[in-house]
Amino acid sequence: MKTALSTLVVERPKHLDEALGILAASVVRERTIPIAGGTDLFVYLNAGTLRGTRYLDLGRLRELRGIEVTRAGVVIRALTTFYELRMHRDIRRRLPSLAIAASEVGALQIQHRATIAGNIANASPAGDSLPVLLAHDAVVAVRSVRGRRDIPFAQFHLGYRQLAIEPDELITEVMIPTPPSGAFAFFRKVGTRRAQSISKVVFCGLLAPHARGRDPHVRLAYGSVAPVPVRALHAEATLRGGRPSVALAAQARAALADDIAPIDDIRSNREYRLEVAGNVLDQFLRAADPRFSRR
Amino acid sequence: MSKSIPLKFVVNGKPTQVSVPPMKRLLDVLREECRLTGTKEGCGEGECGACTVLLDGQSVNSCLVPAFQAEGRKLITVEGLAKGRRLTLLQQAFVEMGGAQCGICTPGILVSSFELLARSKGCVPSEDEVREALAGNLCRCTGYQKIVDSVRAAASAARRGAKSKAAPRAKAKVAKTARAKPRAAKRVRAKAPKKDAARPAKTARAKAPKTRTATGTKRRSSR
Repeated sequence: MKTALSTLVVERPKHLDEALGILAASVVRERTIPIAGGTDLFVYLNAGTLRGTRYLDLGRLRELRGIEVTRAGVVIRALTTFYELRMHRDIRRRLPSLAIAASEVGALQIQHRATIAGNIANASPAGDSLPVLLAHDAVVAVRSVRGRRDIPFAQFHLGYRQLAIEPDELITEVMIPTPPSGAFAFFRKVGTRRAQSISKVVFCGLLAPHARGRDPHVRLAYGSVAPVPVRALHAEATLRGGRPSVALAAQARAALADDIAPIDDIRSNREYRLEVAGNVLDQFLRAADPRFSRR
Repeated sequence: MSKSIPLKFVVNGKPTQVSVPPMKRLLDVLREECRLTGTKEGCGEGECGACTVLLDGQSVNSCLVPAFQAEGRKLITVEGLAKGRRLTLLQQAFVEMGGAQCGICTPGILVSSFELLARSKGCVPSEDEVREALAGNLCRCTGYQKIVDSVRAAASAARRGAKSKAAPRAKAKVAKTARAKPRAAKRVRAKAPKKDAARPAKTARAKAPKTRTATGTKRRSSR
């Protein structure tokens, strides 16, 4: 570990109010960094690249644990681990793409520790669960001593690793509304290997067919192809505007170019990512509706 | 600024108390404070799984766990698998079938496999299940096949043993092979800590008697 241990201070509150108080008080000097599973934080600490010296342990906050299922949707509290998500019966049934995404985060050792709120707060554009939250119109609840705010997930990441929350706010839960009935959900992570790799492209799609004259419900969300997780809005509009067919799938794929802006980096390059983003879209559409493979 | 804090937890069934900086890695606490050096550091960033231990029965990368989060919890390290000097069926299988080669990944792989077998409750996990359970443990020697075979063989042996008490025969066979591969036997059972390990090394070395492994092979105890 390359960080000097003797300089690090940890506060371990037992109640959420206490934690929020500590967080608020810390803002004027050095912001206390919340720590949950620590699977991202400790990578930075081990490498010596994290400057912060004050930490706030969330582990004792019971208020931040648990999953609540209602008719309207699912409330996932901040400290819910990916292992809990992948094993949860209702998540598997109602939000299968979230359960699959959770089972493809790192490997078991990471899934046992890493939390949903940690994935959001770490704000990597490659975060595995993030396209799922985006495709499902999730809402993130944050709290501070000043009260509670609900922020649509789509507005949560302002730029590369930039969050739409104030320094004294803490993510407390994520609310995911129940998808429209009959919606087909799809998740695909493309990386160097299945476990432990960070994605080159990660995708979550949601498609419900026309119902009673309404437009079809379409959500296409990508990670690793822009500074933040993004919706492919042009491709979505294309899909809403026509009848499912091979031609429509091709149009949607072409529209993707206006939606995503992948870069060359250590894991992949722009060209490959554009190609793969199109491929997973094709794969999703054909799986969702056989008409997308008919001429 | 930051002082060490007292921490209590149970390691391999033994109640333990240490005084460490709260953000010290669990990996370092185990190796330096508890003198359980079976757990290895590979990458130090949660990729390789060499530092895998069980925290309340769940595998974790101990290089990513701050010490304070182990408070009041139960830990199992590779040293906790064997009962005394007798290898478990899992360890025997690794020795017999070439699942342990250079040895750096072996402690983590044994701990992950142990978790899988505990979860499988007497069933023999499929090859895919073993591969998924071990996906977070990288090995650069075996090509994984021998590891997968070892885990499944151990599960089968345990099942047979539970069914017909044929275990003693299986054990005898493994022991014979282990004698031929004394180094492999050593890799699967990390040293148990010497009682006086916490004292200065000199005393410990002078006092440590020559020990024998389960297989009767002489083993240097001073290292």
